[in-house]
Amino acid sequence: MTRTVPPEAEETPQEPTPAVALHTGTSNLASLLTRNLRTSGIYIAFVAIVALFAILTDGVSLSPGNITNIILQYSYILILAIGMVLVIIAGHIDLSVGSVVALTGAVSAVLVIQQDYPWWVGILAAIAVGLAVGAWQGFWVAYVGIPAFIVTLAGMLLFRGLTQQVLGNISLSPFPAEYGRAASGFLNGLLGGDGYDVFTLLIGALAVAGYAFSGFRTRLARIKYQQPVESFPLFVARVVLVGAVVMYFAWQLAHARGLPIVLIILGVLVLAYGVISKRSVFGRQIYAIGGNLAAAQLSGVKVKVVNFWIFVNMGFLAAVAGIIYSARSNGAQPSAGNMFELDAIAACFIGGAAVTGGVGTVVGAMVGGLIMAVMSNGMQLMGVEQPIQSVIKGLVLLMAVAFDVYNKRRAGATR
Amino acid sequence: MAENILEMRSITKTFPGVKALENVNLDVHRGEIHAICGENGAGKSTLMKVLSGVYPAGSYDGEIVYDGESVHFGGIRDSEHVGIVIIHQELALVPYLSIAENIFLGNERRGRSGLIDWNKANADAAALLASVGLDENPVTPVGQLGVGKQQLVEIAKALSKDVRLLILDEPTAALNDNDSEHLLGLLRKLQERGITSIMISHKLNEITAISDRVTVIRDGKTVETLSLHAGEVTQERIIRGMVGRDLESFYPDRVSSPGEEVLRVEDWTVWHPTQDRKVVDNATFTVRAGEVVGIAGLMGAGRTELAMSIFGRSYGRDISGRVFVRGTEVKARTVSEAIGHGIAYATEDRKRYGLNLIEDIRRNVSAAALGKLSTRGWVNGNEETKIAEESRKSMNIKAPSVMSVVGKLSGGNQQKVVLSKWLFTDPDVLILDEPTRGIDVGAKYEIYTIVNKLVDAGKAVVVISSELPELLGICDRIYTLSAGRMTGQLPVREATQERLMELMTKEKELVG
Repeated sequence: MTRTVPPEAEETPQEPTPAVALHTGTSNLASLLTRNLRTSGIYIAFVAIVALFAILTDGVSLSPGNITNIILQYSYILILAIGMVLVIIAGHIDLSVGSVVALTGAVSAVLVIQQDYPWWVGILAAIAVGLAVGAWQGFWVAYVGIPAFIVTLAGMLLFRGLTQQVLGNISLSPFPAEYGRAASGFLNGLLGGDGYDVFTLLIGALAVAGYAFSGFRTRLARIKYQQPVESFPLFVARVVLVGAVVMYFAWQLAHARGLPIVLIILGVLVLAYGVISKRSVFGRQIYAIGGNLAAAQLSGVKVKVVNFWIFVNMGFLAAVAGIIYSARSNGAQPSAGNMFELDAIAACFIGGAAVTGGVGTVVGAMVGGLIMAVMSNGMQLMGVEQPIQSVIKGLVLLMAVAFDVYNKRRAGATR
Repeated sequence: MAENILEMRSITKTFPGVKALENVNLDVHRGEIHAICGENGAGKSTLMKVLSGVYPAGSYDGEIVYDGESVHFGGIRDSEHVGIVIIHQELALVPYLSIAENIFLGNERRGRSGLIDWNKANADAAALLASVGLDENPVTPVGQLGVGKQQLVEIAKALSKDVRLLILDEPTAALNDNDSEHLLGLLRKLQERGITSIMISHKLNEITAISDRVTVIRDGKTVETLSLHAGEVTQERIIRGMVGRDLESFYPDRVSSPGEEVLRVEDWTVWHPTQDRKVVDNATFTVRAGEVVGIAGLMGAGRTELAMSIFGRSYGRDISGRVFVRGTEVKARTVSEAIGHGIAYATEDRKRYGLNLIEDIRRNVSAAALGKLSTRGWVNGNEETKIAEESRKSMNIKAPSVMSVVGKLSGGNQQKVVLSKWLFTDPDVLILDEPTRGIDVGAKYEIYTIVNKLVDAGKAVVVISSELPELLGICDRIYTLSAGRMTGQLPVREATQERLMELMTKEKELVG
């Protein structure tokens, strides 16, 4: 997904040809594809990369166990990217999230491992710390007017230092089993099944049904408002395609360890933030601020308030990521979360967000993050050395944005 | 040598879905000042972009003959190489660099060592500045100059490139009368030096005053080329060509029937945000329902500052005074409060302060009143599209759909989007700051018609404008502002440009 397209992109192209946009009716597959080719580049790239590594690893990368691994390994980056993309759409940046992941995990570890509090106290404390960090940074950005780059660069040092202080510069481990389970466990065997988990399949089926149902409702609403919609067979084809992908994915998971809890957390977050960013007044105001700050201000958007909450939200999501990361690594380390901010930022830009603000989507950032995840994982499976992996990831980030800039320039020149 | 320095022959340029230019022909005589006029979106700027190589050869059909030779420019450097220089409406100067640095940017004066010889550069720049009549030190940062002087720096820059054909896109749009006059005089001087100029302009009085010939473009086609030497080519004649019909008047008729008082501002004083001076000093004015009230004032008189400070204190500090809407005092400390009290302000600079240019018409129309489209914080996107579609139709916004990106619309259509946005807030008072700046005659007429409809529907409208004929044409009453003070008010039937100008330049007295 590139920089300007809402999730309902299939139905509402950004620059439709006059004939299509003016009348009510259905659009055919060919026109849909040509119009959306530019905006769907990221998905095509994602599919191509998945296919490439499936071939290079003889299918290992798509094996049940490996898919589970990818989810467990990269979920916290994806969660950070959800918050980061909102920050970037508003025209800011957050360099501190890696340190915040470390700090929240550390606070939780100290309470649960050192002080023997129950596991949920650690989780609540971590979230409280995340919110406080977000409020701190939001205050400086929104109310004092210091550029987010500076505030969060300071935060990066500040919260890393506090992490080391809290931990006394040693690693703490292990967490009690409940803590790990809440954040990196599986839902398995709830409904039985012979060699595969029925519950996982059921959740997958429910997700597909929900997708079809909400898609159908949107479609009805659009028809009621006399908006153009895709033709019915095309709509069915889209639901079937998405359904097939989701069910394949669920099938693979059901054959491994079942449904990872982090996947449920991630799914809920993506859905919630996808809707918030596109449909809520708050989300709209984020785009308005990033698109033209002065115009937003003169349209009555409370810019300071919105900016403040964007950072509070980022702090919250960094805390969620911190909890999941500490649970997965079964402890807290002074150097946890190092460079996470860069992975999260890269995910957003690969996913089509613009450095200048006003453009980007949660779904795009997720696909951007998954591209990075599948590549890293694939290269690990192939035994590519760490330095080479780094080089390739850097080049992919550069190429993704260059492609987007090139596309935009071409689109711009045609007007 | 051929008589024509430039011939553009049947130029056709298509964008996906739109034919921007169709068989356009343009002949420019050697040494003349040639005006191009046409409504916004008629294709003037596109034509100049084709000429200067912004759209490279191959991206359009047709032939360009320059100096008797067919030319194919691959980019702007190619056209500059043969002496064609274009000065865009939005000036392309770097504010932090000095005048000399700007003049030689990309064309640096290198000494024998390969390093820039600043003494030579500054001396050359001084000579160029003298030739354009700009009395400034070449080391002054450009950001410290006013728009008029920056325009002269652009011309000096063009001269440094040995310009032979100078293209100016709306050169006087942002200039005050003095600066405009100076600029037009300069074009004449350049003409004496043998430099040919093409000037795109909306200001017909300037065109008739200065140019030798004028080419009128409408809907991407050449309508006619008129010689301004042969006989009587009046402004009305040019307008007829531009709009394809006679505009009986620049200003649509309206029967004025003011009702009760809607807005009253009393003893309004605003201090400059950083300097120790009053920008608005004890201003008082009223607006009634069904009334258009004008505010006239020179640049720097505090017109915009007055409006923005009323609009949720968007400007200035230590604001004092009282605002009444429909007889009740309101204290609008933020923009959203002002909107809530029924005040709307459409800015003079729609690109910087009025629109989110990367978003579509829908999102811009709804931007100031999202609350009306949402329940419990959730926006009804379909309702939003419907509202925007209604605006597009009622305002006659020329765009393929409400999903069109606003940044790609012409100035007149952008202004209609701004108006749609504010009308959707359902205001009692609408303050329009330079509502027709930089838009063409036809769109101006449409804007005036919209204003008339609003006051007929009982709204109160305040119009701030630098164009006195415009104020005289559409207002019921006109206030004059001079150095932050209200120096007078005139019913429109008693007002003339001369009387207004007199009041606008009055320094001391307070008439109120």
